[in-house]
Amino acid sequence: MTEVFDGIVVGGGIVGCACAYYLSERFPKVLLIEKGPVGGGSTAAGMGHVVVMDDSRAQFALTQYSQQLWNELFPQLEPSCEPRSTGTLWVAADEEEFSHVDGKRKLYESNGLRAEVLDTKAIREAEPHLREGLPGGLLIPGDSVIYPMTAAAWLLDQARLRGAKLLQGRAVVKMGQGKTTLDDGTTLDAHFVVNATGDRAQTLTPGLPITPRKGHLIITDRYPGYVRHQLVELGYLKSAHEMSNESVAFNAQPRATGQILLGSSRQFVGWDPGIDRNLIAKMVARATEYLPGIGSLSVIRTWVGFRATTPNSLPLIGSLQHDPATLVAAGHEGLGITTSLATGKLIADIASGVESKIDRNPFAVSVEVKS
Amino acid sequence: MTVRINGKEFEVSPGTSVAAALLNIGYSGFRRSETGESRGPVCGMGICLECRVQIGGVRHVRACMVTCQDHMEIETDA
Ligand SMILES: Cc1cc2nc3c(=O)[nH]c(=O)nc-3n(C[C@H](O)[C@H](O)[C@H](O)COP(=O)(O)OP(=O)(O)OC[C@H]3O[C@@H](n4cnc5c(N)ncnc54)[C@H](O)[C@@H]3O)c2cc1C
Ligand code: FES
Repeated sequence: MTEVFDGIVVGGGIVGCACAYYLSERFPKVLLIEKGPVGGGSTAAGMGHVVVMDDSRAQFALTQYSQQLWNELFPQLEPSCEPRSTGTLWVAADEEEFSHVDGKRKLYESNGLRAEVLDTKAIREAEPHLREGLPGGLLIPGDSVIYPMTAAAWLLDQARLRGAKLLQGRAVVKMGQGKTTLDDGTTLDAHFVVNATGDRAQTLTPGLPITPRKGHLIITDRYPGYVRHQLVELGYLKSAHEMSNESVAFNAQPRATGQILLGSSRQFVGWDPGIDRNLIAKMVARATEYLPGIGSLSVIRTWVGFRATTPNSLPLIGSLQHDPATLVAAGHEGLGITTSLATGKLIADIASGVESKIDRNPFAVSVEVKS
Repeated sequence: MTVRINGKEFEVSPGTSVAAALLNIGYSGFRRSETGESRGPVCGMGICLECRVQIGGVRHVRACMVTCQDHMEIETDA
């Protein structure tokens, strides 16, 4: 008789690995299938900022829940996962932006998170390389940074210690109704199958409303202490939600190595893997408005990645109505490193038929089934 | 003209690259690797990045690509 798995997870990015992590706590027979290296998709391209994001009530709940889960894991993570409590410093570019800072503080505080308004003097004490004369910003001390690729591998390692299996180097060509077909023709059976293939999820589950959104990143040589917090411009969400073809927002992250990771751009250009030098120049120009000395640092590498964008900017986490054995965990846009753990918990809750700590409805999956 | 290398003044002729100035003075190690090994110039043309020093407070500057300026502050192993 052929083996029947409790659950198969397709895709070994950080989301799939988080699903395997929590599923393996509840099910003895879990299999994760990854066609390439673990954590080698968008997970390898992302920034690793673990951030509570206030763009919608549902996103706030998901990011806050996921951050709590990360905080629980931090003491256990391998040093190579580089967990660091950098906090987030939201920087106001002008008085208009600064006037919204107190409202943002109240929102975070009313949800039980620490938040501190910094004035023009305090913000430069916190970050001496910021431009003089910035009106101030908001410090969220509870946010943090991890190294996504090693964190994904760590989650999968823990799942495997609990008995989960990994099948690597084989692509899934078809999934549905508990059947998973590999590119060598083999078919595997499971009680449920999780589509965690990120920005490719709509190819295995046709009709999922996911569009790739390209992002460029820049990394510098090592300049320890040049930037201390994850710095994000307050206009970031404006830029992230702009559905225009191209936008750039200032985002700087201190890596454990002393390197500075500079973001970020957003473009709808399909899966075009090329580096756009003009866009890189725009990102540096944008960063220079906040960190005037940044141009004197050496850049060692630039690269691109793809975010899996959905129409309402929320990930798709749930089962298909017409095929309850198929679960989807995809569409995490620019927050999948943060929200991976909560996603894994929700998927494990759905698979084991229990309630979740947060409302799952906003993430429910609906697909346009073409008949 | 003079440059300051690790706090000490040295006379250099105009047009000398920082790498040449350091080599003339007798420095062979310009920087330290992450594990503390000594590293110095290899290619002399901006490609290998082994000659990085700190110039005027800015780290990771390729010594072979910069010409000495009067009163320049240069630090090795920074
Ligand atoms: C520039 C940029 C910056 C970002 N910054 C942040 C940040 O600071 N904080 C944050 O929280 N998020 C950030 N993100 C978002 C984050 O990187 C993603 O949301 C997250 O990595 C998505 O993980 P995933 O597991 O869903 O997808 P992926 O990592 O892409 O994993 C999907 C996996 O599925 C595999 N796969 C695909 N098809 C198949 C198949 N048919 N068979 C088998 N395997 C398959 C792929 O090989 C891949 O490994 C950023 C993203 C980008 C692009
Ligand atoms: S000696 Fe090779 S870069 Fe300077």
